Amino acid sequence: MAEQMEKNSLKKNVLSAQIDLSKFNFDESSFEKATEEEKRQQDVMSESTTFFKDGMKKLMRNPLAVASIIVLVLILGVIIVAPHVVPYSYSQIISVNGKRDKTAKNLKPFEYSENELKYMEEGGKVFPHIMGTDSQCRDYFIRVVYGTRVSLSVGLFASILVLIIGLLYGSISGYLGGKVDLIMMRVVDIIYSLPDMLVIILLSVVLNETLKPLLEGTILQKLGVNMISLFIVYGLLYWVGMARLVRGQILTIKNNEYVLAAKATGAKGGRIIMKHIIPNCISVIIISTALQIPSAIFTESYLSFIGLGVQAPMPSLGSLANTAREGLQSYPYKLIFPAVVICLIVLSLNLLGDGLRDAFDPKLKK
Amino acid sequence: MYRYIIKRVLLAIATVFIIAAITFFTMNAIPGGPFASEKAPSPEVQRVLEERYNLDKPVGEQFIIYIKNFLHGDLGVSLKTGRSISTVIGESFPVSAKLGGMAALVATICGLVLGSIAALKRNTIIDRLIVFVTTLFTAVPSFVLATILLYVFCIALQWVPVFSADETHYTLPVIALALYPMAYITRLTKTSMLDALGQDYVRTANAKGVAGWKIIFKHALRNAVIPVITYVGPMLAYILTGSLVVENIFTIGGLGSKFVSSITNRDYTMIMGTTLFLAIIMVTMNLITDIVYSIIDPRIKLD
Repeated sequence: MAEQMEKNSLKKNVLSAQIDLSKFNFDESSFEKATEEEKRQQDVMSESTTFFKDGMKKLMRNPLAVASIIVLVLILGVIIVAPHVVPYSYSQIISVNGKRDKTAKNLKPFEYSENELKYMEEGGKVFPHIMGTDSQCRDYFIRVVYGTRVSLSVGLFASILVLIIGLLYGSISGYLGGKVDLIMMRVVDIIYSLPDMLVIILLSVVLNETLKPLLEGTILQKLGVNMISLFIVYGLLYWVGMARLVRGQILTIKNNEYVLAAKATGAKGGRIIMKHIIPNCISVIIISTALQIPSAIFTESYLSFIGLGVQAPMPSLGSLANTAREGLQSYPYKLIFPAVVICLIVLSLNLLGDGLRDAFDPKLKK
Repeated sequence: MYRYIIKRVLLAIATVFIIAAITFFTMNAIPGGPFASEKAPSPEVQRVLEERYNLDKPVGEQFIIYIKNFLHGDLGVSLKTGRSISTVIGESFPVSAKLGGMAALVATICGLVLGSIAALKRNTIIDRLIVFVTTLFTAVPSFVLATILLYVFCIALQWVPVFSADETHYTLPVIALALYPMAYITRLTKTSMLDALGQDYVRTANAKGVAGWKIIFKHALRNAVIPVITYVGPMLAYILTGSLVVENIFTIGGLGSKFVSSITNRDYTMIMGTTLFLAIIMVTMNLITDIVYSIIDPRIKLD
């Protein structure tokens, strides 16, 4: 009997609140076997899901986000493939049979020049000008493709730059707190209140003059001084929004109960950052980076439009729209193409950003 | 309250000073100096010019002179035309201010009306349509919109003459400038209106039998307007920078077209003066918005 008591008594500590099973008398008849139906309740109905998988599923259920992904993939596909398929380059004057073709000026979409028609009659093959040609006998389609490439990559790199600087600054400020935080945030306040577009214009004008001799002969020259200054200005001014966001995130997360709990159970600083702080703010940061891209594209095209953008003959969507103004009366399609591409990119990035926020922001979960 | 206002005013003054310093030192960093053009003047002429514009003095002293002149409202003279920049701004700013003011007014009124309609007719076809159109407008840069409007109404339909120096033809530029902020205000109003309509005081008013329009105007809209006020500052900044190109496209002789042409002409003193002037306008507008906001909504706790 004493042995039996010993077996049933799971209580190791006398003071424990655990129920002392030895006080009850259990035998086979006290239990009932589970029926098949009851067993089935334990079955796993759906596969276990991760945060990422769950978010992707939500994103894919959002028709606007899916449509924007499709549009973006299509645009990306075209700008990657087109330069390998179309036999023209963005700065090259169209030549027929090795000769420069001066008649291929301001052609309409899918129109051929006189020389090209002659050449085709002789049996030669000419790649069609999908969007016609510009006033300097260059294929317009390939210029729009390169313009899109330039605008998109400027948007992407500028956003990454903003992300890196803002993330570092914001996390240092948020994590250290106290006086350091106060001083760092006053700096942010001042930069935040500067009228960014004006400072961009001003710096672009100045950097244009001062950087030109420095870049002579380097790879960066091809990109143009204006683009370098755009990046510099982005690096100087636009990170403040991101820094504020990151700091705010870190401050709120730092004071959450689960961080306190993790600290109480003895988690080290590194583990808290990796397991608690980063997963909770990464989605917000990525979403605002995604939403930063269209604004960078806007800025770039705006600067190109007032003549402070990419170096000619390199096109960008803004500079193409600007040049199209001159012949607006006769060739309106030259404005329509780059304008539609800008609007499509910005619209789909905006919608995708909204979709990402709905799908991945942990605070919106209900 | 007063402490907050004083703090904001000090920050605004600091901002203006920083912008003045940035403009001065960046313009000073341009190599060659303002008189090193294609037609280089003789050394004597250059010396006289430098003396006249204080360019022979050390940079620090030049900066002090610059700030002193700036505080007296003197922004220097244009390098290309030789005219006083303050005069040029005085002539052209009223035109821009009129254009920008009209755009801001149109954007705010239309945005508030459309946003309220979208919130009241939630999930109907009208709401969907408004959301669709406003989403579309937030993706169109003002210069693209302006050029398209110019093409459609001036060239294709010929309703408006292309070169209209006449002030009666502000319609198209105002539309080009107002659509983006209007779309933004519509979205803002819709969210805050929906929020306000779900509040207890609206339900109480309903339960008491207050007339529908009275609830909308007296209870919901008044509270929904508050977030819109915070957008006034950014909106004016957008309209200001937007008007730089829109004025150029519609050939309106405002400050914007002067600014863009001074960039193309590399007229440095003009760029400097105009930037500073526009920056002061923007900073002041932001300051006023912040202060008005804190007065209007007493629920906001100021630190």
